[in-house]
Amino acid sequence: MALSASNLNVGDTRTEVVLENLSRTRIVMYAGASGDYNPLHSDEVYVTQVAGYPSVFAHGMLSMGATGKILTDWVGDGRLTRYGVRFVAQVWPGDTLTATATVEAIRDVDGVPHADFSVSTVNQDGTPVVTGNATARLDP
Amino acid sequence: MAVERFPVEETHILMFARAIGDENPVYTDPSSAAAGEFGGVIAPPTFTMCGMQFDPESTLRPKVGEPWFGSAKEPSGAEIESTGRLHAEQHFEYHRPLVAGEVLTTVERSGNTWEKESKRGGTLRFEEMFIDYLSATTGELMVTARLVSVLPPAPAQR
Repeated sequence: MALSASNLNVGDTRTEVVLENLSRTRIVMYAGASGDYNPLHSDEVYVTQVAGYPSVFAHGMLSMGATGKILTDWVGDGRLTRYGVRFVAQVWPGDTLTATATVEAIRDVDGVPHADFSVSTVNQDGTPVVTGNATARLDP
Repeated sequence: MAVERFPVEETHILMFARAIGDENPVYTDPSSAAAGEFGGVIAPPTFTMCGMQFDPESTLRPKVGEPWFGSAKEPSGAEIESTGRLHAEQHFEYHRPLVAGEVLTTVERSGNTWEKESKRGGTLRFEEMFIDYLSATTGELMVTARLVSVLPPAPAQR
């Protein structure tokens, strides 16, 4: 089920909670699936006693992966042509992340309609953790 | 490091989709209508990061017979292998969706390096790297990834 260009306007926006009360176990799930077992993300002893952080923190890519849901739920499966973010703040256990995507432009690429989105994910204090943009191929 | 063989597998996609909190049937249920449209479950947009599992030289997983810098009996078991670099940016270009059952291979190339003054003092050193994910059977370019890492001025002390 893909999105049609005729149903989309510049300025349209969607907001969704993409991670709620982030658990250490979910961070471990991400480490196990991705293969990034850096102890900064899963080893409370190492991270507090050796690395000098207050606790483990999430992989940036966990936040980017979770943020992707707001885009794919909207534009449909397998429709993204581009997705990029900057990691602007760390994400800690207990954080709740809310993602917002906004249509910035609708344009034709070789006769096929595409939409450009801005995307921003904030924590429970409203602090941005991930900001970026994406492009998706639309149906006419 | 380049990965010679990165099989895109159904169970791996399921584990990844659960981890990122997106249990869309197109990722998790091969019998769903959504997956049927693609001939199998497809990978979520950031799945190619899992290529690290197939990198024989990855320093970010414990290996048999080698010291590991995370904790065990002691808070750290080895010299810190980590470069101290953090992930600053990640960008993907998608050429076509990845369907379970495909096998990828990667080609890496380094990009630019640059510096920026940190607002908290000191110099941030940025480094860019590109990874192409190609079909191992046809050579078709599937995904291009651009990664920017940053070396903070001092070990992050908070």
